[in-house]
Amino acid sequence: MGPARDSFLFEIVYCHLSKDPSCDSVRYINLSFIPVELNWLSFSLTAFFWIFAFVNAALISVLMLIWGERRLIGKFQARLGPNRWGPLGLFTPIADAIKVMFKEDVEPTLSDKLIYVLAPILMVVPVFMIFPVIPYGAKSFLTNISVGVVFVLAITSINSLSVLMAGWASGNRFAIIGGIRAVAMLLSYEIPMGISAAGVVIIAGSLSLSEVVEAQIIPNAIFQPLGFLVFLVASTAELNRSPFDITEAESELVAGYMTDYSSMKFGLFYLGEFMATIASSAVIVTFYLSGWRGPSFLPIPGEFWFFAKWIGVIAIFIWFRATFPRLRIDQIMSLAWKGLFELSLINILVIALTMAIWPDPTSTQLLFMTGINWVVFLGSVYIFGKILSPNLTGNKIDKRKVIYGLD
Amino acid sequence: MSTELVTMNIGPIHPSTHGVFRMRVTFDGETIIDAEPIIGYLHRGSEKLAEERTYTQIVTLTDRMDYTASMTNNQAYILSVEKLAGIKPAERGVWLRMIAAELQRIAAHSVAIGFLINDLGAWHTPLLYLLREREKILELFEMMCGARITNSYLRPGGVFMDAPDEFWPSLNRFLDEMPERLNDIENLLTDNEIIVSRTQNVAVLNKEDAINASITGPMLRASGVDWDLRHRNPYDFYDKVSFRRPLGTVGDNNDRYLVRLQEIRESLKIIEQCLDLIEPGPIKPEEVPFLVRPGEGDSYVPIEAPKGELGFYLVSDGGISPFRCHVRAPSLMNLTLLRDMVIGYKIADLFVTFGSVDVNMGEVDR
Repeated sequence: MGPARDSFLFEIVYCHLSKDPSCDSVRYINLSFIPVELNWLSFSLTAFFWIFAFVNAALISVLMLIWGERRLIGKFQARLGPNRWGPLGLFTPIADAIKVMFKEDVEPTLSDKLIYVLAPILMVVPVFMIFPVIPYGAKSFLTNISVGVVFVLAITSINSLSVLMAGWASGNRFAIIGGIRAVAMLLSYEIPMGISAAGVVIIAGSLSLSEVVEAQIIPNAIFQPLGFLVFLVASTAELNRSPFDITEAESELVAGYMTDYSSMKFGLFYLGEFMATIASSAVIVTFYLSGWRGPSFLPIPGEFWFFAKWIGVIAIFIWFRATFPRLRIDQIMSLAWKGLFELSLINILVIALTMAIWPDPTSTQLLFMTGINWVVFLGSVYIFGKILSPNLTGNKIDKRKVIYGLD
Repeated sequence: MSTELVTMNIGPIHPSTHGVFRMRVTFDGETIIDAEPIIGYLHRGSEKLAEERTYTQIVTLTDRMDYTASMTNNQAYILSVEKLAGIKPAERGVWLRMIAAELQRIAAHSVAIGFLINDLGAWHTPLLYLLREREKILELFEMMCGARITNSYLRPGGVFMDAPDEFWPSLNRFLDEMPERLNDIENLLTDNEIIVSRTQNVAVLNKEDAINASITGPMLRASGVDWDLRHRNPYDFYDKVSFRRPLGTVGDNNDRYLVRLQEIRESLKIIEQCLDLIEPGPIKPEEVPFLVRPGEGDSYVPIEAPKGELGFYLVSDGGISPFRCHVRAPSLMNLTLLRDMVIGYKIADLFVTFGSVDVNMGEVDR
């Protein structure tokens, strides 16, 4: 018995609680007091400790992200961003959180009460479940489940249900349009996302996230750029972030599915969205940016590389938000079905073929495969960009200039 | 597939109705099948109030009509008063108000483009770049007359004070910097794939419809009609400056954006020519009394405001305040075709089209 004994995070807490002789070597201070017969207690306490730690870390990281996003977008927009409360405005999200908690909690008369209350909870809770399965370092993970990739993809798709519930239960037309848009979009983008993740699984030969990272001698973002592109775009859509933020679409639907939410229920949606951004970035780092692996000649722990890449990916999402205007619903759907879907199929086809030819590639063969993938990437993106672009967008497009009136 | 039609009230409180505009829109799924604009939420009775005020006091009322373009509102009103009372304006005053009007046009177009891109869903970035340039213009206005938005700078016969010495170097610096900023904006927006695909061939307004609905301003020029009152019916000294008139080729949302952007460049050229031609002198003729008392009669002088043809129809019975004042507001006229333009397009296009029409509710309702 003994779940996750290969996990360093689990081990270090468990061994300081239990008198288990098998972990004498890990014990730094001899504080352990729980006898081996009560091992179930040690396991439970360890689990509770890490649940507590991860939930709080996630919440604090959301506060940090809110601050970071506002600061960074401030820089993008040639203004200062929050800078009043605390050093560099660091306490602004705390003030925001307190404000949100003390707002009046309004429930619309027409709302479906039970679903109305459940929706924000369903938005937040699943996201917490992604953090424990992510390998933050070679041994720094909480649990290494054997179907990690499928688990992550399944958990991230729950939020479309929450959005639909919120939109439906609000009894508001802005909200229902937002909710229906969300379902249409999120379900469509699940498919290219899943297919491009299959490319990652083929390389790793395993669904376990730790093995996905270990298999990345060349980071997947470089090894299979097409899959990375599709996955990045699809996750942006899954996160309802700009340029795919049609479910909220401030300039159209006021706040979309959360128009009628206030106080902490709104706060939970906000929290869920930002936490999903953090979780998705961690997933992208794990799948495509070789997770905790870094240049091996540097004596820097893998956790550092993981966090550095993590922040980088989050910054890319913020950059998207500061730059892109929003796509229209029909354009978003065509992009998913006429663009990303085919691209992800091409990607998985090429990966599968090359892996069939070289099942156990040497480093030269790996470089050769990377070359093939890049040729396919550039070629297919060029073809899809040039030939299908007018069809993707729905309108006729031309390069246009103004003419001038004659005197 | 048959679906249930959904009727929604959009506005008067809504993030992108640019004020208190309300639309009753019927959707079939995401497609608009009917849109009924409902206006009047910002009606303050400016035209009626004008009957109770002296000709100089009314200037402050005009500021608050199109509050993103106060200077041109002043200009339209003052030109009408000058014609009514037979006042010949001082030359330097006219040049000053032309500079002010063109600066105002740049500011108003910056706001129009910025909020159009905001309606497209860009998260405030281009808007803030443009508002930064507008801010510089507002600072120039503050130097000229002490006020930033509700300027009340113009008076019958010219302007009420001369621009201070430090105004001219600041204006020159602005003129030097602005083309570069415009290049930045163009690099960011003009060929942006998303903006192009969202705006091209959406809400097309053809020449005939535009003329029949008496649409004016950049919206008419975007439909390809070469009609600019500064060129067709020059007021002030617009006949002494040369400028080009950018015209659209299709008449869709993208053309309306492009035309406004190029008009900013033309306005910069006009200001540069004004700076060459302006000479020291009185800003207002001495003989113009504070209490203008025109004889009986009426007057209407249309000008090319940033949003289109703006004119004040004033009727005088010989008193110190007009007997009747009516404003020909371009925002209101340009709004009339909104319904026909958006039917058949998606929800998202409704707001983009509304943004590209560039209305100001203060001017629509007055």
